[in-house]
Amino acid sequence: MSDESGLLLEVRDLKKSFPGVLALKGVSLTLGKGEVISLIGENGAGKSTLMKILAGVQPADSGDYFIDGEKVDFKNVREAMDMGIALIHQELNLASNLDLASNIFLGREPGNKGFIDEQELHAEASRHLKRVGLNLPSDTIAGSLPIGKQQLVEIAKALSCNARVLIMDEPTSSLSQKETETLFEVVKGLRDEGISVIYISHRLGEVKELSDRVTVFRDGENAGDLAKDEINHDNMVRLMVGRELSEFYDRDIHQPGECVLKAVNVVSPTYPEIPVSIEVRAGEIVGIAGLVGAGRTELLQTFFGVTPSLGGELEVDGVSFSPCSPADAVHAGLALAPEDRKQHGLVLPMTVRENASLPSLERDQKIGFLDHSKEKEIADEAVEQMKIKTPSIEQAARFLSGGNQQKIVLGKWLAMNPKLLMLDEPTRGIDIGAKREIYKLMEKLAGKGIAILFVSSEMEEVLGMADRVYVMHEGRISGELQKNQMSEGSIMQLATGGSLAA
Amino acid sequence: MKKNVFGIFGLLVAVFAVTAIADPNFLSAYNMQNTVKWSSLYGVMSIGVAFVIITGGIDLSIGSVVGLVAVVLSFFTKIQGLDPIVAIGLTLLMSVVIGLIHGLLITKAKLQPFVVTLCGLLIYRSLSRWLTDNQSLGPVPLEGDLGFENLEQILMLDFIFSGQIPIGDFFKLPTPALFLLVLALAGSIFLRKTIWGRYLYALGNNEEGARYSGIDTDRMKIIAYVLCSFFAGIAGILFAFELGSVQPAQTGEFYELFAIAAAVLGGCSLRGGEGSILGVIIAAAVIRIIFNSINMVGISTHLEFGILGLVILLGVIGDEMLKKKMAERQVAASEKLAAELSGKSKNKENLE
Repeated sequence: MSDESGLLLEVRDLKKSFPGVLALKGVSLTLGKGEVISLIGENGAGKSTLMKILAGVQPADSGDYFIDGEKVDFKNVREAMDMGIALIHQELNLASNLDLASNIFLGREPGNKGFIDEQELHAEASRHLKRVGLNLPSDTIAGSLPIGKQQLVEIAKALSCNARVLIMDEPTSSLSQKETETLFEVVKGLRDEGISVIYISHRLGEVKELSDRVTVFRDGENAGDLAKDEINHDNMVRLMVGRELSEFYDRDIHQPGECVLKAVNVVSPTYPEIPVSIEVRAGEIVGIAGLVGAGRTELLQTFFGVTPSLGGELEVDGVSFSPCSPADAVHAGLALAPEDRKQHGLVLPMTVRENASLPSLERDQKIGFLDHSKEKEIADEAVEQMKIKTPSIEQAARFLSGGNQQKIVLGKWLAMNPKLLMLDEPTRGIDIGAKREIYKLMEKLAGKGIAILFVSSEMEEVLGMADRVYVMHEGRISGELQKNQMSEGSIMQLATGGSLAA
Repeated sequence: MKKNVFGIFGLLVAVFAVTAIADPNFLSAYNMQNTVKWSSLYGVMSIGVAFVIITGGIDLSIGSVVGLVAVVLSFFTKIQGLDPIVAIGLTLLMSVVIGLIHGLLITKAKLQPFVVTLCGLLIYRSLSRWLTDNQSLGPVPLEGDLGFENLEQILMLDFIFSGQIPIGDFFKLPTPALFLLVLALAGSIFLRKTIWGRYLYALGNNEEGARYSGIDTDRMKIIAYVLCSFFAGIAGILFAFELGSVQPAQTGEFYELFAIAAAVLGGCSLRGGEGSILGVIIAAAVIRIIFNSINMVGISTHLEFGILGLVILLGVIGDEMLKKKMAERQVAASEKLAAELSGKSKNKENLE
């Protein structure tokens, strides 16, 4: 069935738009049999959108998609799976209450007339588990496995559907170093069996180790391809960012001022046995790096009073502070732009004006009544300062793009003149233009003496923006790096539980 | 956030017109007075539940609160011989405490509003019956009633709560309409002009989003439940004087469903975050007129709930379709904008 080019999968000029954004502006991608390619790009470059189209999760607006040289148009995931395309999601989708065999064959249980053939089920499941190097009984409950093993079960599940293409979206974002190594062994083994892999990651070191070829996306377009011998860190970054790194992350180092946030042995409820101590000073941009699930978001939430600390002491500007709710934290001069801006950052059905003014209503009230002119002023200022692209301040926030939504979140906090601005994955899902504006704003605010603490999973962002970085691993601070000590290697070392070699 | 009330207003006009044509007696002064009176009584109650529904919650205990307030008021004035103004104050205080308990259980003990208020429904109803040994009684003396203290005051209050003020030669305005007017105005101002009203809409749309913006969402939810029970309390007093005789087992029964129906028909979404007082009170009037109309036109009264159910269902479906249309239009507009913006940046790049 193979055509002359020998390509297993090819897409040409694929376009996709969402309300307010052109996510893909015409991208192309090829994949040969038994080839492992990596797809890289900054957040918002369109990688995940393309993967969802490839796997039949959502349709493209236009463009061609070929498998074995034949044009396909998947209407759902099942159709894609029938053609051998399987997507391993970033978030795992196992039913944690069921055993491995049931998970692997969920919805496709062998048997007849509604009765499951248990023997066949477990025999087949064991076979596929072995292929991914899992020598576990197939009646193990999925939820009892660590996350790295669950990932392998997901792969076994894909193999059981005769997958020929495995699409892996940031599979290592919550894996330990050892689990990552195991995963790579499995991927390499599958490649030798002739299975093709599209690998998406922010970890350039991993990409280099694993890939036969790298395709780079930037802002919804192809930015270039790298052949095996061209794959190195500098080439990848150059294509991803589209200019010299120093120009993109335009930082002036400010002389840090007084300590704004001081946390001594603070304990977030997610890790009740691990006290954490950090400091952020005025005018400083401090990063928190680490793997997904390392407790970074939880730490910010504890500072912000979402999940009050179980112990230790917090100080803001030298004054002791124990927030029991975000309201307390806001009163103390803290602000948080949360990771999940649709759930936590904004009230989506409300307008730009209503969102931008929400925290300041209490301050600007006239004995309980809304001050409409003040409200409008705040919204206009946010739109102007943050360059929010919206038809008017009366547009509902839900109709704006991710970048513009994030700018509303920042705008609403700027109106409060915070002492400390915390940002959790500030540029996730944001196009490159908006991203640069957010970096510029961070720089500008630091220049004004605001302390900035941000969490990021994007290595380039941490390296480019932070004056200092704390690295977290499984709830604890595994290390602190000054600007001159920061590198992808040193951060990953600490993030995966290693220590810094002298 | 402005909610379109034209739809429900259109429905009111339509129901009104159809009934008036089917039976001209509908327009008689007497019938109009009755319609205004009952619409007002149900309207007051429905305003209260609107606050709770806007937060995304529900209150099933309204009818039982109406009943309990009416019973306790009558109990205080008739059996205890309490000063009626004090009695009214105490019963209103009781309704506020009930709302406070609901709010605390929902926010602090994190119980579901449905469960809390369902238990309330059962508890307050049985309290009414137990307190009176299930005997009917009323706040005002009926024929043959002896031994009412503070008679003068009671008659004055009876006029305030269920009197009629002549307007022109034919029409007498029932006083509950004045209560409705004042309370609806106050409710609307609260929702639209104060920061707390904005907070209610915000948390109804996205509670976590509101909380992360520094709003004390628990306190706002408690306020909503307190307001709801307080409005039910006022309605209870109005009903007690209107009915004259309160049946502990029946007064207020199912009223919560009328109130919720009015709120939904009036544009509140049970998902929270939407709704206006004007829409809700118009819907309360629509519901009363439909009942009135069923009676006058001579349709079997066994069908009245069925007809009401159908009208609400159709109203909500129509509303949903309208919303979808409007959302599509906005998406199209923002897509156009995005295309324009990206076109512009393209041009700029080309120039560079």
